[in-house]
Amino acid sequence: MTQNPGPRPTSERMVEARDLTFAYPGGAEIFALFSWQIERGETWAVIGPSGCGKTTLLYLLAGLIWPSSGELRIGGECLRRPRPDTGLILQDYGLLPWATLRANAALGLRVRTFYGPDGLHSPSGEQVGDIWPRVDFWLKRLGLEEIASHYPSQVSGGQRQRAAIARTLVLRPDLLLMDEPFSSLDAPTRESLQSLMLDLQAEQGLTSIVVTHNIEEAAFMGRRILFLGRPPQRQGVVLANPGAGPLYRDRRHPAYREMCDRLRKMLDATIQGSG
Amino acid sequence: MRRLPVLLAALGLGGIWQIVSMIAQTAILPPPWQVLEAFVLAIPHDLGLHILASLWRVVASILLAVGTAAPLGVLLGQSRRLYRIVSPMIYLLYPVPKVVLVPVLLLFLGIGDAAKIAVIFLILFFQILVLVRDQAAALRPELLLSVRSLGAGRRALYSFIYFPATLPAILTAVKQSTGTAVAVLYVAELFATRYGLGYYIFINSTSLFDYPAMYAGILAMSLLGLGLYFGVDWLERRICPWLPSAQEENS
Repeated sequence: MTQNPGPRPTSERMVEARDLTFAYPGGAEIFALFSWQIERGETWAVIGPSGCGKTTLLYLLAGLIWPSSGELRIGGECLRRPRPDTGLILQDYGLLPWATLRANAALGLRVRTFYGPDGLHSPSGEQVGDIWPRVDFWLKRLGLEEIASHYPSQVSGGQRQRAAIARTLVLRPDLLLMDEPFSSLDAPTRESLQSLMLDLQAEQGLTSIVVTHNIEEAAFMGRRILFLGRPPQRQGVVLANPGAGPLYRDRRHPAYREMCDRLRKMLDATIQGSG
Repeated sequence: MRRLPVLLAALGLGGIWQIVSMIAQTAILPPPWQVLEAFVLAIPHDLGLHILASLWRVVASILLAVGTAAPLGVLLGQSRRLYRIVSPMIYLLYPVPKVVLVPVLLLFLGIGDAAKIAVIFLILFFQILVLVRDQAAALRPELLLSVRSLGAGRRALYSFIYFPATLPAILTAVKQSTGTAVAVLYVAELFATRYGLGYYIFINSTSLFDYPAMYAGILAMSLLGLGLYFGVDWLERRICPWLPSAQEENS
């Protein structure tokens, strides 16, 4: 069974944010005329101190909140609601506590079957068909088949995140958004999942954005890194980090260390500037 | 709850009853075996019908209360604005002892089943409403966001999140209120009816002076409450297998 993504739209630009402005009701502006571009297939990390708007940016890209002005195009189309081809993985609490891991992994497909291929909630051309072979394929791929009938409260944090990843990849996304996906995990689990995620991104030809406050995670996972300082965000600093990925599994790699040092200095400078 | 300790407790209580009735030697406290005999003999005759009448009233009230309070509770739980408007009203109405409304309801709804069902409905309604509202309001925003990101709109959120998330609250509310519901049923059935366990107990004690039958009615009413409690408890473990209580049971 192949799980390669089907034919994709032709637009080479995955994310095009132009002059985005956003503030939560009653709050100060977090983004002010913010612009950002992401090409198809890129792997990005977004890092910055807490309160800088990292998560807000991800929710904007996910179509869960809307900018007050500016234009946000994903895959060439103007974003008005959550896009069926975008996958979102959150730090925790994303799984239904009352559903087994298998049922959780199937949730996205069940939502699609619920609406049918209406183009709003699910891709217009897709015939979902029998969901279970697809679900079981991903449970197996993520090593969850043995515990598929367990509830989230009965498994470890790492296993829960694997289930969240399975649930997302079952839907064959082309854009993957992750909000601190591995922050609550212990170091060995975190590192193995980071590596697994990079493998899966390469294998599935995904464009990915991981939001993190963790310097090592940003340096390991983002071939390009967007650094956000204190809000309101206008431009952000983009850092090239071409060696990110398998090469940096050796955490003593000089380029990796250098990137970590650089990010740390930038974070320190931002925090001191605000204090 | 384990079955054996419950059975032993029942036997123990029966034993105490037996001893007390032997000491008292009075017609108003017959020994348990005599009551049991009256109970078994009366079921095929009138007692069975009285049990059915009471059971129907309670079950109808439960269904009505779940059907109205649960959706309203979900609605209140997710809309802050609605919550702000409605919760002062609930705040005032919730503590009103519903049983005092029996005469009022009888005046408005007449002597049929409607008034009796309505009073139990009122008790259950507020219990379920409050518990479901809290449950729906306590849902983590991350959960809603992540399911919305999978494409779920309002309708899908109801069926994939709000309904299963509030199911335990509904069942807990029903379970907690069965005791009160049956107690109120007794009061409601004292008035303007010729069927129901309340009427049966009352008529046997005050007009017929058939004390074993009176106790048989009390026993039936207790069993009704107990049966409802355990029925809902069983249902909870059956349809909410993710709850810790259900998992303990299975392991």
